[in-house]
Amino acid sequence: MPETLSEPVRRPGFFGRDKNFTRLLAIFVLVFIGCAILKPDLFLKASNFQSMAKQFPEFGLLSIGVALTMLTGGIDLSVVNIGNLAAVLAARVMISFAPKGSSPEQTLTVVVAAMVLALFVGALCGAVNGLLVSKIGIPAILATLGTQQLFMGLAIVVTSGRPISGLPMIYARYGNRNIFGAVPVVLAVFAVSALIVGVLLSRTRFGAKLYMLGSNATAARFAGINVDRLYVLAYMLSGLLAAVAGLIMMARSNSAKADYGISYTMQSILIAVLGGVSPNGGRGNVQGVVAAVLILQLLSSVLNMFENISNFYRDILWGIVMIGVLIINYLINVRDLRRQSQ
Amino acid sequence: MTENILEARDVRKSFGGVKALKGVSMSIRKGEIHCLAGENGCGKSTLIKIVSGFYEPDAGEITINGTTYDRITTAQAIREGVQVIYQDLSVFPNLTVMENLAINHQLMAGGTLVNWSGIRRTAEAAAALTGLSVDMTELVENLSLADKQLIAISRALLSNAKLIIMDEPTTALAKKEVSRLFGIIKRLQAAGISILFVSHKLDEVFEISERFTIFRSGENVVTGDTGGLDDRKFAYYMTGREFAEERFAAGAVPGEPVLETRALTLENGFYDVSLTLRKGEILGITGLLGSGRSELAKALVGYVPADSGQILLNGLPVRIASVVDAVRHGVACVPEDRLTEGLFLIQSILDNIAVSRWDALSNRFGVIRRREVEREAAAWIRSLSVATRDPLLPVQTLSGGNQQKVVLARWLANDLKALILNGPTVGVDIGAKYDIHRIIRGLAGRGLAVLVISDDLPEVMSLCNRVLVMRSGRLAGELAVKDSTTEELAELSMRE
Repeated sequence: MPETLSEPVRRPGFFGRDKNFTRLLAIFVLVFIGCAILKPDLFLKASNFQSMAKQFPEFGLLSIGVALTMLTGGIDLSVVNIGNLAAVLAARVMISFAPKGSSPEQTLTVVVAAMVLALFVGALCGAVNGLLVSKIGIPAILATLGTQQLFMGLAIVVTSGRPISGLPMIYARYGNRNIFGAVPVVLAVFAVSALIVGVLLSRTRFGAKLYMLGSNATAARFAGINVDRLYVLAYMLSGLLAAVAGLIMMARSNSAKADYGISYTMQSILIAVLGGVSPNGGRGNVQGVVAAVLILQLLSSVLNMFENISNFYRDILWGIVMIGVLIINYLINVRDLRRQSQ
Repeated sequence: MTENILEARDVRKSFGGVKALKGVSMSIRKGEIHCLAGENGCGKSTLIKIVSGFYEPDAGEITINGTTYDRITTAQAIREGVQVIYQDLSVFPNLTVMENLAINHQLMAGGTLVNWSGIRRTAEAAAALTGLSVDMTELVENLSLADKQLIAISRALLSNAKLIIMDEPTTALAKKEVSRLFGIIKRLQAAGISILFVSHKLDEVFEISERFTIFRSGENVVTGDTGGLDDRKFAYYMTGREFAEERFAAGAVPGEPVLETRALTLENGFYDVSLTLRKGEILGITGLLGSGRSELAKALVGYVPADSGQILLNGLPVRIASVVDAVRHGVACVPEDRLTEGLFLIQSILDNIAVSRWDALSNRFGVIRRREVEREAAAWIRSLSVATRDPLLPVQTLSGGNQQKVVLARWLANDLKALILNGPTVGVDIGAKYDIHRIIRGLAGRGLAVLVISDDLPEVMSLCNRVLVMRSGRLAGELAVKDSTTEELAELSMRE
């Protein structure tokens, strides 16, 4: 430690530091107001907010998982399939070990054990992705494209291609319940997960190193960071979040299926990018992703309220949003670089 | 009376709030070799980019071949015969030599089909202009840097260049390659082509140019004939400070061995390297590009571990299979290329320094004690005088010298036994080089064992107590600095 005393680093205010988040909040408010003006009677109802709060946690969790891997400079195309594989296995266990007529105690034990199994499977699948990316050095987009097929294939084998239904009643009952009659359980699960990942990224050495890894993997290695371990952890965390999303989907539909929510793969990448996560790695945070999740949920809900706009237009809209965000991000980056450098 | 090929008058350019050029003027005569010098960030590159049409100036005018422009486009600049050889050379690594040489020419000629025999003729003519002798069908990525440079120059000549601007062309060249380049530059001059040679190495300015211009912080300080220039003046013009060249004196009595290697070997890298690095000494390793010096540095910190042989720390054999192992044993490395290997360019200056300290400065849940980290990093920024207004800015906003200080600072807070510096002052201006040398001497003075790997012979001579020379992967000799000269060292490293 040098002898010189120096002033502490002056941190800018919260909004000054994260312009991206400020921008997203502004967009959120604008979209919200827009929705309220377009469809005041349908949009501004408590039941609408309740239903939205039950819809976004599943793809929100997937988006956070994808965002984590994008921070390392990679991507995870297998999240949906990890979620389905975990759910399918959990469903199998529930049905086999707690058939109809089991005692409540036995059912509860089996349900909890099945959920733990699902989380374990999610982390395991993520670890496979991480090892392929780090130890074998396969580009993340190819590695997870391969495991996407693998995990889906496994789920198809487990289910023989059919949905598994007839889960113990208590699972869906608790999963779709509201805490204090107002906050859906799934929303609480999402909030806690987002908070944990947020703290991991912004406060811990794991998060700090993840950003470094994403901005320059070679420099990270030279800086003495255990790069391989970090990749595996990031993909494991993504797999874990995917498993939680899978459990939520299972509660909502009261069934598990090998190819549930396939469109979520692209959507979660879109959300991560919209939330300010750089596809090149090293930039982005959880609050941005959460804001993007909410914005997309608003757009999606209000779109549903127009009966004469077909759902077929949805993909066009998402495509335009994605390209638009990428262009805007590019322009902002160029401007910032000009400002900072000479 | 001599005519000017290029005149720039009162050129101004700002980026955001930063004034890169505060009204500079310079002129280059026809057929002249003119040297533009200045520290990193003085505005040299900005002026080049304005002259070649890449940037639009805020004010001022440019006259080329008698035509005056307020702003010039890249197409106009090329038509006027201005060609820039950038440091990255802008060659296409995945194409052959032939295609690289002839591609612009072919594109200009138009036509839908590729005329291969025409391409070969054009390419051979281009190669003849610079004496480039490589296989025309070889992929450019397999060539040496010096040959890639010749390709870029040959290509420029094909486009009827009248003024060739070379942006620090010698940074990555070995001595022999530099003299070949200088030969070519002289030939171009004889053919009536003007050269603007951008460099901050004094010996090169002396050797090659007739007149020079020096920029400092966006203003021109002086223009004159190279004849009237000496070491002192040059450094003073560039930095505005006076420096005294000094040789290593402190710590001349080295302590016990810290890092030793026994018959360390890496296939296709280096062979049978046994060396001893002592406490408090600065040991230099030099050698040409490809002599195995960089591979050795990477092996010592476990980035690319050696195949066989032993590494000993404080007399005990240790296994260093990764950089993580090395750091745990107290051995760290400042890599050769700070942009691709050393820095996290988009991350803050603060994080770039703190990255090696997060493990030590976090609680058992892995939560970083942020205030402590910030205080420590801020103290290093101060004590190494890293010039920045805000440590939270991305490290890419710093000049080369300041960036290098950041990479150094990263390791200083750790309790190291040995520090390996690979090319510690490559691409760094004189002022920062002086600072960095002072820092390194200070570290050795406090008992750190320092290994400096560098092909900058004057640097090795002024910084180290002892120098090892590597040639074709083997240790070829050792010199004690206090009773040898730079010439002896050069002879030893370049001997066939």
